[in-house]
Amino acid sequence: MSSRSPAQRNVGVRPAAAIRIRPLMPRDHRAIVALDAAITGISKARYWRELFADYGRRRSTRFFFVAEEGARLVGFVAGEIRAWEFGSVPCGWVLAIEVDTNRRLRRIGTMLLQAIVDSFKKAEVRKLRTMLARDDLLNLRFFRSQGMMAGPFIQLEKDMV
Amino acid sequence: MKLQKATQFALYSILELALDPERQLSAGDIAEKYGISNNHLAKVLRVLGRAGLVESTRGVGGGYRFSGNARRTTLLAIIEMFEDIGAQSSDGGDQSVRTDIGRSLHPVLNEIEQIARATLDSITIETLVSQIKRNAGRGNETGRAGHRLAATSAK
Repeated sequence: MSSRSPAQRNVGVRPAAAIRIRPLMPRDHRAIVALDAAITGISKARYWRELFADYGRRRSTRFFFVAEEGARLVGFVAGEIRAWEFGSVPCGWVLAIEVDTNRRLRRIGTMLLQAIVDSFKKAEVRKLRTMLARDDLLNLRFFRSQGMMAGPFIQLEKDMV
Repeated sequence: MKLQKATQFALYSILELALDPERQLSAGDIAEKYGISNNHLAKVLRVLGRAGLVESTRGVGGGYRFSGNARRTTLLAIIEMFEDIGAQSSDGGDQSVRTDIGRSLHPVLNEIEQIARATLDSITIETLVSQIKRNAGRGNETGRAGHRLAATSAK
């Protein structure tokens, strides 16, 4: 039997002290590419460059926020408004959300998601969606903790040979 | 998804106790609330106790309380203490799997199994407790939320 109280055993979340959430700026490109490469193990500089350019052209439907601790970029979220794919009403689609592995469990992901949710809501979108790999338990558990559940759409795919 | 009775009792008990980890409840309290057998529940609680998810205190005012890590414990982890999810469809030794029909049918059954496992493994006790509290905050007191959960899970 543990000597710690139940409340003590469930402690694990440290508040995000001095974390600032702000919209993407051009100077963030390099830090985002580096953070994404560190987390995913794949450097995708071209993908991010094109996404940033598109973000610049479609400010009313694309949203991009970063989390800063001091001058250091420690997380980001990107999303867009999608509509009428196979009858889907407009929804806020989260394309990516990443937090520095050394700064997790500080609610930075929650703050980033809230920032993009606020933007979607300002655009009068009421449904939030994303797509994750079945074995991506880290992100699955994060989005579940935010109240997200399986939606009415099913993702299908095949190898095109 | 049809879960065995013991598995359902384990899920109700864990969630009921995790709603307030400081609170102690007797097996009788939980059994009465969910309309389940006291003896059957006692056996389930012993399994959960051995896994460190609940701890018991004897004597007056004693009972069970949640002692696990709500952030780390998933629904799948609890279910797998009592039954093997989807074992039937992944049986590679089954002769039917090697037939033409089996080669087409089993990937579909495996797809269902994998989605079910991913769903159960992605939901922690903390996430579900938060959801229960949110629902309760929308006008239902905790007991009613618990009963609704029981009804939903038993489908």
